Amino acid sequence: MIEAIRSAHDNAMERDERVVVFGEDVGYFGGVFRCTAGLQKKYGKQRCFDTPISESGIVGTAIGMAAYGLRPCVEIQFADYMYPGYDQIVSEAARIRHRSAGDFTCPIVIRMPTGGGIFGGQTHSQSPEALFTHVSGLKTIVPSNPYDAKGLLIAAIECPDPVIFLEPKRLYNGPFDGHHERPIQSWKAHPLGEVPDDHYTVPLGKAAIRREGTDVTILAYGTMVHVAEAAVEETGISCEIIDLRTLVPVDLETIAGSVKKTGRCVIVHEATRTSGFGAELSAMVQEECFFHLEAPIERVTGWDTPYPHAQEWDYFPGPARLGQALRRVMEA
Amino acid sequence: MDTPSPLTLFVPEPEWRPGDMPDFSQVTIPRAGTVRRPDVTEAPENMRDLAFTIIRILNREGEAVGPWAGTLSDEELKEGLRHMMLLRTFDARMLTAQRQGKTSFYMQHLGEEAISTAFRRALRPGDMNFPTYRQAGLLIADDYPLVEMMNQIFSNDGDPLRGRQLPIMYSSKAHGFFSISGNLGTQFVQAVGWAMASAISRDTKIAAGWIGDGSTAESDFHAALVFASTYKAPVVLNIVNNQWAISTFQGIARGGSGTFAARGLGFGIPSLRVDGNDYLAVHAVAKWAVERARRNLGPTLIEYVTYRAGSHSTSDDPSAYRPKEEGDAWPLGDPVLRLKTHLIKKGIWSDERHAQAEAEILDEVTAAQDEAEAIGTLTSGHAPSPRDMFEDVYAEMPPHLIRQRQEAGY
Repeated sequence: MIEAIRSAHDNAMERDERVVVFGEDVGYFGGVFRCTAGLQKKYGKQRCFDTPISESGIVGTAIGMAAYGLRPCVEIQFADYMYPGYDQIVSEAARIRHRSAGDFTCPIVIRMPTGGGIFGGQTHSQSPEALFTHVSGLKTIVPSNPYDAKGLLIAAIECPDPVIFLEPKRLYNGPFDGHHERPIQSWKAHPLGEVPDDHYTVPLGKAAIRREGTDVTILAYGTMVHVAEAAVEETGISCEIIDLRTLVPVDLETIAGSVKKTGRCVIVHEATRTSGFGAELSAMVQEECFFHLEAPIERVTGWDTPYPHAQEWDYFPGPARLGQALRRVMEA
Repeated sequence: MDTPSPLTLFVPEPEWRPGDMPDFSQVTIPRAGTVRRPDVTEAPENMRDLAFTIIRILNREGEAVGPWAGTLSDEELKEGLRHMMLLRTFDARMLTAQRQGKTSFYMQHLGEEAISTAFRRALRPGDMNFPTYRQAGLLIADDYPLVEMMNQIFSNDGDPLRGRQLPIMYSSKAHGFFSISGNLGTQFVQAVGWAMASAISRDTKIAAGWIGDGSTAESDFHAALVFASTYKAPVVLNIVNNQWAISTFQGIARGGSGTFAARGLGFGIPSLRVDGNDYLAVHAVAKWAVERARRNLGPTLIEYVTYRAGSHSTSDDPSAYRPKEEGDAWPLGDPVLRLKTHLIKKGIWSDERHAQAEAEILDEVTAAQDEAEAIGTLTSGHAPSPRDMFEDVYAEMPPHLIRQRQEAGY
């Protein structure tokens, strides 16, 4: 997935000289996860450069550049480091088009590695997507595979609105289904692991049905799409797995269509439960599909605690916990 | 071993509170014309002294003196006076309109009119300001239509911002005026980004950031200075030190630093302190800083020393926290009166012409207000449609907002 993200930057920068890329360690070194490797060498220091360690400075200057007419795509080194830039994201980037009635706009992409599974402890494992989905004016994206990551990132860079692009860092080097005790998989064998070199986009606002099924709809995004695959294999329950890809604006049509068909819905995310994006999904499914539901909607999530270090696998919602929820909704 | 004494917390206090008689005689104000004017190419480390003085041109007799004088023609000076008078009259009318219930809120510039009006004159078309809520002089001095400003203040159907923003939070790309946020300090670092973009694009435009003394304590202020310093961004960073952040005196934000301008020195940014009530000095220093930016010599930090003679906003009552005599005792005087005196001294202005100009300006503002009020005020029932609030959240309205708009009945 790293190569997919790097390739998306490359295509976008090649096609549009307004695209500039910057962040901490992003320039010469190419990013701590290597997602911008080679860009400075290819496009020069004016278009890909290192910044001071200042997230409000990174986002704030990106907003100014966008107001000028550039298309900044910036990296926050970890989503956990985003908070100093949050005011710039919420109070500024998200509102500039609205508050100026379109006089100024803010086409920026803010990329950040998200989620756990790498023994990162509480400062390298958070999933703060709900802090963005709650904000009007932002679009929030979470890819689950290399093909989508590239297509969605190019679509985000070409999008006239500010986009939060959360990259599940446990997926950078291969699909991960939550079975941490098994050998690490690479993307090579995965059908969505292959990424064309050329420019293409995956539309924002469209979910993907990863697996068709009849009895339960699983709503997932990012790493949890792979956890869902494992849970379905292990329980043998006929599930429809929906990979949301875009959280806002969410593809309600695909979600409601599936739940109306299956009559059951389990939502899974890594983030903490209370006021998590699963709560919004649950409310939407209830509003749209109440009379089709045969069981209560279940949420399988991270616990409402800081992300732990040694207890990572007790926190991480793996296939066993998801499997239990699937069995519960079938028995309800 | 000695037992240490208990520590004590120091909390700065202003020298005077209501009931005290302000006395600025101990404050050192350099005589007009005495501060040197370095060449714009001079190394920042050789002009650190300019962060601890006050650059002034107009002396007590109304003469323009010293090395910074001479940047404006007679006609430009007269126009500058007109801009300041226009801004003051505009403020007075809008304050009254707010008291009459025609809008919810207003913020005036009383005592600070020279800063934004003179600065605007140092810029070129295409340059971009990232202003705070007290720089409407940038629009006035760029001949932005008064009616448009009033439509925004009244949030009426002619409001270019469609009733979405608090009064006075103007936006005009065409007039080099970035949308005002209302959150403090955020725009300072955006100005640096805009300037960086101009340099990345090999353009010739420059940016100007604006911030108040109180908001320099925000982390965005420091982010702006470090980015400006690192990338030598073509930006002028303006601190308007009007002594008061609502009820909090400037010492709370300044702390142990001698001046706000001194904040720039650690970043290697040339930092100048200027008499903000001296139209000529503001223009001369702005012109110097703009030239540095335009010649790719990097950022400049300017602290304008001024006094907020009025309340912070219509929601504020300064008599609760500072002596009412403080404004009159303020040693840098009234910017309008000082420029008027200078023009009379030069023989190009008179009390009669001044009175005539005041009357003409009042007519102009009143006519604009009549026009704006004919469209509507906040309370007259001529607001933009509620349908409008769903527009421009995104470039294209997503399905959930279309549904919510329908739910709202539009």
